[in-house]
Amino acid sequence: MSRVLSYEEKNTWIHRLCGVTKLIFFLLWSLTSMLTYDTRVLLVMLVLSIVILRASKTEWRQIGTVFKFILFFLFINLIAIYVLAPNQGTLIYGTDTYVCHLFKGHDLNQEMIFYEINVFLKYMTVVPTVFIFLVTTNPSEFAASMNRVGISYKIGYAIAISLRYIPDIQSDFVKIKNAQQARGIEMAKKAPFFQRIKHICAILFPLVFSSMDRIDVVSNAMELRGFGKHKKRTWYMGKALKKSDYIVVAFVVLFSAVALFVTFRDGSRFYNPFI
Amino acid sequence: METKKSKFGIKEVVAIGIGTALFVVLTEVAIPLGFIPNTALQVRAGMLAFIAALFGPIVGGVVGLLGHALGDAVFYGSVWWSWVIPDAVFGIAVGLFAKKFAINDGGFDGKKIALFNVVQVVANAVAWILCAPVLDIVIYKEPANKVFLQGIWAFIGDVIICAIIGSLLGFGYSKIKGSSSSLSKED
Repeated sequence: MSRVLSYEEKNTWIHRLCGVTKLIFFLLWSLTSMLTYDTRVLLVMLVLSIVILRASKTEWRQIGTVFKFILFFLFINLIAIYVLAPNQGTLIYGTDTYVCHLFKGHDLNQEMIFYEINVFLKYMTVVPTVFIFLVTTNPSEFAASMNRVGISYKIGYAIAISLRYIPDIQSDFVKIKNAQQARGIEMAKKAPFFQRIKHICAILFPLVFSSMDRIDVVSNAMELRGFGKHKKRTWYMGKALKKSDYIVVAFVVLFSAVALFVTFRDGSRFYNPFI
Repeated sequence: METKKSKFGIKEVVAIGIGTALFVVLTEVAIPLGFIPNTALQVRAGMLAFIAALFGPIVGGVVGLLGHALGDAVFYGSVWWSWVIPDAVFGIAVGLFAKKFAINDGGFDGKKIALFNVVQVVANAVAWILCAPVLDIVIYKEPANKVFLQGIWAFIGDVIICAIIGSLLGFGYSKIKGSSSSLSKED
């Protein structure tokens, strides 16, 4: 579980919020950041999300490795956009302000730099909210509170089961991997293609089939306890929506509405400083 | 699936839960495929095809959606929605033929494996060559040639992985399930 983001108990107002509140916040936030390409809106969102991340007392050791990973992928993505479509900026902003020549067919212009910065910002506004959601939400409480706001408890339970079993299946995976490595089956980077697939199968098959057994065991256990018999159920970890939850939801709805209004007021998703 | 009382019974709830967990864990297992960002031979795609073929469209779709979103979130810290939705589409599409595959009845071989592969190629094409690039352009306004290139790479990768791992998983599991009865007819 080294590289994975997971819940950690702390006592901040963000931890005390209901899981669903945080989910609504995350969904609306990422929807807004998906729709807007307005640099001003994105900058405000970035600053706000970093402030909230600070408020949740999330430490670097919880998110550091994942964050570095994201940066790596993001830069590959940015480079690929430039290599494959060096004129995307001009296409969007309509002007072409020459900066310098890089290599054949790839002049660098301000519009392209600006577009790439926007893509970067778009990513970066969502990342902190994902961190906040995953690091501050207790999975059991989350399932309970989803049911509370009217989502079928079967769906809540399916999600709770998946969150509950990720660590178990991960440890199964590591165990099987180690066992196979002890037999000389290595997931080596340099092995030929088909050999690698074969080796992965040697791990995958036991893992998938034991998980299928687990599905049988768990569903039998639940059946014995009468799961699904009644329309309602009670929750041990359930939390009622409090005043702070309503305030947060109201804030994010209002914020998204204003952000989208500002973005689309001039009829375009883009903020264009070039005209 | 023994009785037909409900389409969304206990088994489906648990299959979604554990299938999603499996999908998330397998996010780590990928064979890189050239330089194009965020495309690799995703082992989890083969596993999704298997789960969908076994449990049907609801489980397939939800595992694709939830597994991809959650897996991206815990491993990469961001959710790339335009690639999450195609996985759900893929799960649903393969799942629609679950009854035809009859993996649970132990008859998944020959013709059914061929059918499975036809279905997965079509489902992959719809998901990665159609859905993903279009959503990328609509949501993220990425350059068209880049996203179609990515889409086609993902399509090729997923077709290969589903053809190998999906078929093998289905075949192996079908064999185990089909021969689970230890009773044999006495002469």
